[in-house]
Amino acid sequence: MRTPAAPLEYSRRMPLRLIFLVTTIFLYAPILILIAFSFSESRRLVNITGFTFKWYERAAGNDQLALAFANSLTIALINTLFATVLGALAALLLWRFRFPGKAAYEGAVALPIVVPEICMGVALYAFFARIGWPSDWIWPFNLSAIAAAHIAFSFPFVTMIVRARLANFNRELEESAKDLGASEWQVLRDIIVPFMKPGLIAGALLAFTLSLDDFVITFFTSGPNTITFPIKIYSMVRFSVTPEVNAASTVLIVITLFLTAFALWVQNRDKPGGSG
Amino acid sequence: MSDDAIVRIEGVSKHFQGGITAVDAVDLEIRRGEFFALLGPSGCGKTTLLRMIAGFEIPTEGRIVIDGEDMSTTPPNRRPINMVFQSYAVFPHMTVAKNVAYGLKVEGVAPAEIAPRVEEALALVKLDGFGARLPSQLSGGQRQRVALARALVKQPKVLLLDEPLSALDAKLREAMQLELVRLQHAVGITFVIVTHDQEEALSMADRIAVMDAGVIRQLATPEVLYEYPSSRFVADFIGKMNLFEGKVLTREGARLLLDVEGVGRISVPCEEEHSGAVGVAIRPEKLHLGREKPSDHSIALSGVVTNLAYFGESSQVFLTTEAGRSLMISQPNASRTTRSGPRKGETLWCWWAPADTLVLRA
Repeated sequence: MRTPAAPLEYSRRMPLRLIFLVTTIFLYAPILILIAFSFSESRRLVNITGFTFKWYERAAGNDQLALAFANSLTIALINTLFATVLGALAALLLWRFRFPGKAAYEGAVALPIVVPEICMGVALYAFFARIGWPSDWIWPFNLSAIAAAHIAFSFPFVTMIVRARLANFNRELEESAKDLGASEWQVLRDIIVPFMKPGLIAGALLAFTLSLDDFVITFFTSGPNTITFPIKIYSMVRFSVTPEVNAASTVLIVITLFLTAFALWVQNRDKPGGSG
Repeated sequence: MSDDAIVRIEGVSKHFQGGITAVDAVDLEIRRGEFFALLGPSGCGKTTLLRMIAGFEIPTEGRIVIDGEDMSTTPPNRRPINMVFQSYAVFPHMTVAKNVAYGLKVEGVAPAEIAPRVEEALALVKLDGFGARLPSQLSGGQRQRVALARALVKQPKVLLLDEPLSALDAKLREAMQLELVRLQHAVGITFVIVTHDQEEALSMADRIAVMDAGVIRQLATPEVLYEYPSSRFVADFIGKMNLFEGKVLTREGARLLLDVEGVGRISVPCEEEHSGAVGVAIRPEKLHLGREKPSDHSIALSGVVTNLAYFGESSQVFLTTEAGRSLMISQPNASRTTRSGPRKGETLWCWWAPADTLVLRA
């Protein structure tokens, strides 16, 4: 005798199986098709013929695309560094201290997460134009406006992740370290930061991917000499969807997938054990 | 003020925001080398008092003198005191050996000296060979031993333990009670334990301070606390007790003549001065049961057995007297029989020696 199917037992309820199938198709089929076409001989995106790496070679040989890719990576790295440090500091501040206007500050920090990106983009565009932020500096300093914009919108995500991690911190760990003779700085270095580590890594990876594939905000803050990878792809697509674009996008997907998998691995590795 | 006081608490009060007084003008001396227990129901202020000794709370009033030095406002990292926390607070990202070494490392002890001291501390708590493990690979009892080793390796003048046994199961708790006493004798350090479990305090401590509502109700050895509680609160909190309302009629030399509700007039030996309304109490194990009325000078009542509770080593018999009072009688199951004990519905006599009667201020 089989037990009756539970309300959400996907594998045994026909309608749920159907929903599962359809969502999977709509989510992943376009990506898989894109990857498949990136290896296709034919220039026309109708059917897949043969197998080739030539679109990857072509993409790598495209100087403008390569520069856009280098720009994106540079911005992403700078953004990761600053957003992680700023985000972690804000998380510590909100977790640790009480101060006048804390609720308002907390709301303000979360604002970039909820404000529509298009608004952020327009606002930053107007802001940089108004203060006359120079965009003609030598590479990589000409990317400073985009990097600043990315830091501004991505550090709140780091704050949220690190703060969620800190919420599980057992205050007795801190007291115990002090009791054993540690100063405030030693407690921060030896106890609190190691505890924050999974949150910091996850936050850093999120900040990296947010920056790497950001389009809207970057679109408003980039100039003719500071094209990023997503923007370059967009401009190429406006002419036609070439297999070259497919190849470049596939590279981006692989990078993002790899980083996401790494972030998940880091988070799960530290899960068992708890706070002792 | 004796010289053998390692911790002296002088008129210490702690008020929290919102007008809550957690500790109310407490005076207390903890002697060098003793096993001291702070016992009380939750919210009585015992943990706040412990945290003030450790340095996590600063007294609102009064002084805390540790080994002759006023340390009322000294931060915890500069007190010669270490603590074992209720959650053990073992650092999850450090191995057992690193946990134990941490206090020595931040103190600036030479690395060459740290390793042997860590070994020694782990051996003391019977965790030799566990140094390379992570806390997540240990049981609750083992983690507690790490916390103990980590505190003891610092060779503190006083070791504080906050509810150290509350997270362990019954069997392990019993073993750990003996273990803590052994450890305390082995290292000779003053132990101060906070607990709400009177059995724990009675079995381990040399002296116990019973706290309630921020004040110390009684400070005594376990025997004195159990046999001569000074107040109704202590009598009721420590162990089990049959309590009656009574009235002092007159004093006859070393004895008091009392009129006790549900018992009648009794004469008991009592040296303290009492008058008016009093509480009259008798421990369940001081009561005897029998089918015949005793012929000696015992205080005797007859009643019907209304309930029986079997605990293995002893049984509790509930007797309802003619006056409608319920009495709790504890009977040791001294021999292996299942038949001769009292039965439900049976009418029995119960009696006690007048000297076992406690007279408490109402």
